[in-house]
Amino acid sequence: MVPLSWYLILSAALFAIGAVGVFVKNNIISTLLCLELMLNAANLAFVAFSIFQGTIEGQLFVILVMAVAAAEAGVGLAIVIALFRNRETLDVDESSLLKL
Amino acid sequence: MMIQWLWITALHVAPKWLESLVEQLFAALPVWLTSNLTPTDATDFIVWPLLQIGVMLLIVLTVVAYLTLAERKVSAWIQVRVGPNRTGPLGLLQPAADGIKLLIKEDVIPFKADKVVFTLAPIISMVCAFIVLAVLPYGPHYASITNINIGLLFILSVSSVGVLGIILGGWASNSKYPLLGALRSSAQMVSYEAAIGLTIVSALIFTRTFSMQGIVEAQRSLGVWFILFLFPSFIVFLVSAVAETNRAPFDLAEAESELVGGFHTEYSGFRFSIFFIAEYTNMVVVSAIAATLYLGGWYVPGMDWVAAQLPAAYREAALTLMGVTAFSIKCGAILYLFIWMRWTFPRYRYDQLMELGWKWLMPAALANIVLTATIFILGKELGLVRSVKGVLEMAWQGKVFFTVAGFLSLFPILALLNAINRNSRSFNLRAQRTTIPLSTRKVKLSPGVKPA
Amino acid sequence: MTFQQLLFIGFAALVLGGGIAVVLLRNPLYGAFALITSFVGLSALYVMMGAQFIGAAQIVVYAGAIMMLFVFVIMLLNVRADEERPPRHRFLVWLAAPLALLLSAGLWLAVAGVQGDRAPSGEAGTVERVGKNLMTRYLLPFELTSVLILLAVVGALHLAKREKE
Repeated sequence: MVPLSWYLILSAALFAIGAVGVFVKNNIISTLLCLELMLNAANLAFVAFSIFQGTIEGQLFVILVMAVAAAEAGVGLAIVIALFRNRETLDVDESSLLKL
Repeated sequence: MMIQWLWITALHVAPKWLESLVEQLFAALPVWLTSNLTPTDATDFIVWPLLQIGVMLLIVLTVVAYLTLAERKVSAWIQVRVGPNRTGPLGLLQPAADGIKLLIKEDVIPFKADKVVFTLAPIISMVCAFIVLAVLPYGPHYASITNINIGLLFILSVSSVGVLGIILGGWASNSKYPLLGALRSSAQMVSYEAAIGLTIVSALIFTRTFSMQGIVEAQRSLGVWFILFLFPSFIVFLVSAVAETNRAPFDLAEAESELVGGFHTEYSGFRFSIFFIAEYTNMVVVSAIAATLYLGGWYVPGMDWVAAQLPAAYREAALTLMGVTAFSIKCGAILYLFIWMRWTFPRYRYDQLMELGWKWLMPAALANIVLTATIFILGKELGLVRSVKGVLEMAWQGKVFFTVAGFLSLFPILALLNAINRNSRSFNLRAQRTTIPLSTRKVKLSPGVKPA
Repeated sequence: MTFQQLLFIGFAALVLGGGIAVVLLRNPLYGAFALITSFVGLSALYVMMGAQFIGAAQIVVYAGAIMMLFVFVIMLLNVRADEERPPRHRFLVWLAAPLALLLSAGLWLAVAGVQGDRAPSGEAGTVERVGKNLMTRYLLPFELTSVLILLAVVGALHLAKREKE
């Protein structure tokens, strides 16, 4: 049997990878991809806790997280398209109009 | 005949002799490899499924090969031609000839193509098409590779990944027509997948399980096919299935007169044939799902009675034989329908295709969920149907009620579709023609022709 | 080490490898690919735990829908690869890997001793159980989610719409 802590460690590692990606990548699409990775790390922890506690709430929360992720991807990519149309770049450092 | 009987009974008893074989094998293998497994587990979960997968692959690949021949033959009959008849008797060796031809052709990868994705795309297509075969029940309990209780969900999820192969193939070619074809076909597949998913929901009200084997058992325990209860759902499924497999009249992705060859224009030789195999495997899979969900899968009313007449030793084997035969006949019938449709209907326009998906099939599927659920609750309140531990029980009154209600529910759905699409001009060519003012027409009519 | 643990290690390697590849690969399309492999591994892990519905939903929603959206946008904008441009703070990139190790080490320490209350059973996450809970006790959050998705659809349409001249 696989102990709970293994799943949690995997989740932690995945989260760290995703976090690094969000900070390091300068292509906005790659950043969004890494964001999905972080969400999935949280999902894994939710499901693992839910299974090992014998409750269902964690899994239901994962379904909500998936819906939120879908909404986030939809709106985020729409913003990416709008951004690309106006500035012709996907570099997050280039879209700094609001910066002082 | 004798060999077939032997094969069927072997299918049934195989785990026994296989187990002893595996035990002997275990004695020969090093300890560190085998210490985690018992021979029984290894037989049941590794060796036996692998054997079944091998047999299944062989059968399906043969079926797919002959499906291409069938397509050409049927098209020839429809157009009053003879069709391929030179290679072998009646052209029966044509698939082999085609295969060899494609195999020894030069494998061209375009210079500007993204080579990694270009090689990966057909593989994704093919893998996604073949994985689905694992959960299809082609006979009673031991005659399916595996029986998982999310079978239908598994099929939906894998086929949703299969689109990726097409879209990547088109993108990696780095050429205009493949890209257009890939965009078209993936948009089409994604939108029709939604319709398929929704129409399956209404079927689930009666099956009460996602397991493919459980769906067949549900029909077996009632003694009816679900097409009687779910006629509108079946129609929606059939239309979406044709669109999902990118076949005519929905074959805009590879419309040869508009787009050269669609997403696989740049593919040649064996890679092209892999896409081709995946496409035809998808056809087989979709027809198998339709047969399982709506036409009773391997179940035919009366087969249990026939089996009961035989001596007990042959009962299981006879059941399997009848089941496999019935299943292949049903699949074959639906496949023939697909081919027939292809050579009968003209191709849709792209806007018509999208409109059909989102404004006709989706509302129909949604309305059908509501209607079927209402009918089911009504039947339950009237005491016509009972649910005992997830299995439905009903007498003949219940069956008649659900059949009549199922067919009658076509009318409210049609009324709804009419209400939604009353002002739509997509399918009304006369309206389309007259609403465009003469002055703004791009194409001027030639002088001799009167304007409509 | 049991057979299940071996399977876990295999799938975990798939998940982590996919994740690392997402960060390392320059081409966003390859990144999306790697992410899909990672999701497939995660889905296998869910099924191993007994959360079958989540496992299937993972593939349908993430690999089938969300990643398809990403691939569509990548194709639409024709992003070939990241521009070869030196990042402004290059030393920060080199700092990232040690910091990630530090973060995962900290999280590791936090969760290493956690024990589950009970052993997982194969029935823990069947479609029936998830569906019943979602449709009865947790109906309100479920319905609110659908409102959120509707909002997202309208918002995405409005944002991506080309303005009329």
